[in-house]
Amino acid sequence: MAELNTGDGGGGKGGKVRSKKQSSKVDLTAMVDLAFLLITFFMLTTSLSKPQSMDLSLPDKDDDPTKNKDIKVDENRTMTVILGENNKLTYYMGLLSSPIAGPKDIAYGKDGIRREVLKRKKSVLEYSASLGKPKNGIIVIIKPTKKSTYRNLVDMLDEMAIAGVDTYAIVPEFSPEEAKLAGLPQ
Amino acid sequence: MAKIKMKKKSTSTDMTAMCDVAFLLLTFFILTATAKVPEALPVDMPSSTVQSKLPDSDLAIITIGKGKDGKSKVFFDIKGREIRKKTLEGMGAKFGVTFSEEDKEKFALMDDFGVPVTSLKQIIDMKAADRVKAEQPGIPFDSIDNQLKEWLLVSRRATIDLDDKELQIAIKGDAKEEYPQIKKIMDILQDQKINSFNLVTGMRGKDF
Repeated sequence: MAELNTGDGGGGKGGKVRSKKQSSKVDLTAMVDLAFLLITFFMLTTSLSKPQSMDLSLPDKDDDPTKNKDIKVDENRTMTVILGENNKLTYYMGLLSSPIAGPKDIAYGKDGIRREVLKRKKSVLEYSASLGKPKNGIIVIIKPTKKSTYRNLVDMLDEMAIAGVDTYAIVPEFSPEEAKLAGLPQ
Repeated sequence: MAKIKMKKKSTSTDMTAMCDVAFLLLTFFILTATAKVPEALPVDMPSSTVQSKLPDSDLAIITIGKGKDGKSKVFFDIKGREIRKKTLEGMGAKFGVTFSEEDKEKFALMDDFGVPVTSLKQIIDMKAADRVKAEQPGIPFDSIDNQLKEWLLVSRRATIDLDDKELQIAIKGDAKEEYPQIKKIMDILQDQKINSFNLVTGMRGKDF
């Protein structure tokens, strides 16, 4: 590429000996090429994004069963979600023997469990407000079966974070009825 | 007649500014670069919408995933050179394996590992590239030989001694890992009264 753009208009007319003006410009094309090549290389080899992390706090575990006190909660406030095999998800509200809603299979994601959690959260708040305790929100009990994957658990915890449910528990224990519901051998 | 001279347009553009920008970016990337090392146990993390990042220091990562043979393996990684050195020293003392100063230096620069303490020396002696290729069997964490528990205990103690801080624990699990394995790790943590820890996840789009 030539880059003699010093302009040759208005030069000397006639037979004057012209001393050719040396261009002060250097061809930078190759240099820029190299620079961008290196940029690309470093961008790709740098791990730009640090991994994200989700905080999880579990309740204290005590090996001494006499110290484990059962906490009684209003069954109208609980929603139980069973994470089953092959991304199956079953939920019910209240007690399984006399459920308020469900048990029903539902999908993960925006149009499935999230909508349900948000709906239930609202109705529980209304229910609590009618009892004069407007601060008692929904309690979600997450029951991962042995066949459920880590992805299922993280997805569910993520739903909790999205829906703004701050009382949830991970309980991997199943009553015979629940085991049947989740398709587990009893 | 005066001829009308067509002014020749130069085809070259001024590259100076472009060159400046390119080198500025280049400098930035070189300075911020930390070479990405291939993981000894590659895991496919589940994604979440959580925005918080993992801390840089005083962190231990427990990686759990399936190896090539389809068995679940546990790898362990601690951030921070001094803590690593002290942890290795403590583990050596506990299991009756002696590590030289050189071993400790090498261990401090290593990444995650998944071998029983007795064969850790072989892994330390390897080159970084070979470590990834080596089939590491994973750290034993069953009730008979629970070395993961010991690693956690020793590294927590080392962090408290050196930094006067509690070690943060992160679990990096493979998305396809089944819940009982994860539960086992959580139980080991809870046995040590670690009730709060991090789950490492990937990024998911905002409109999920």
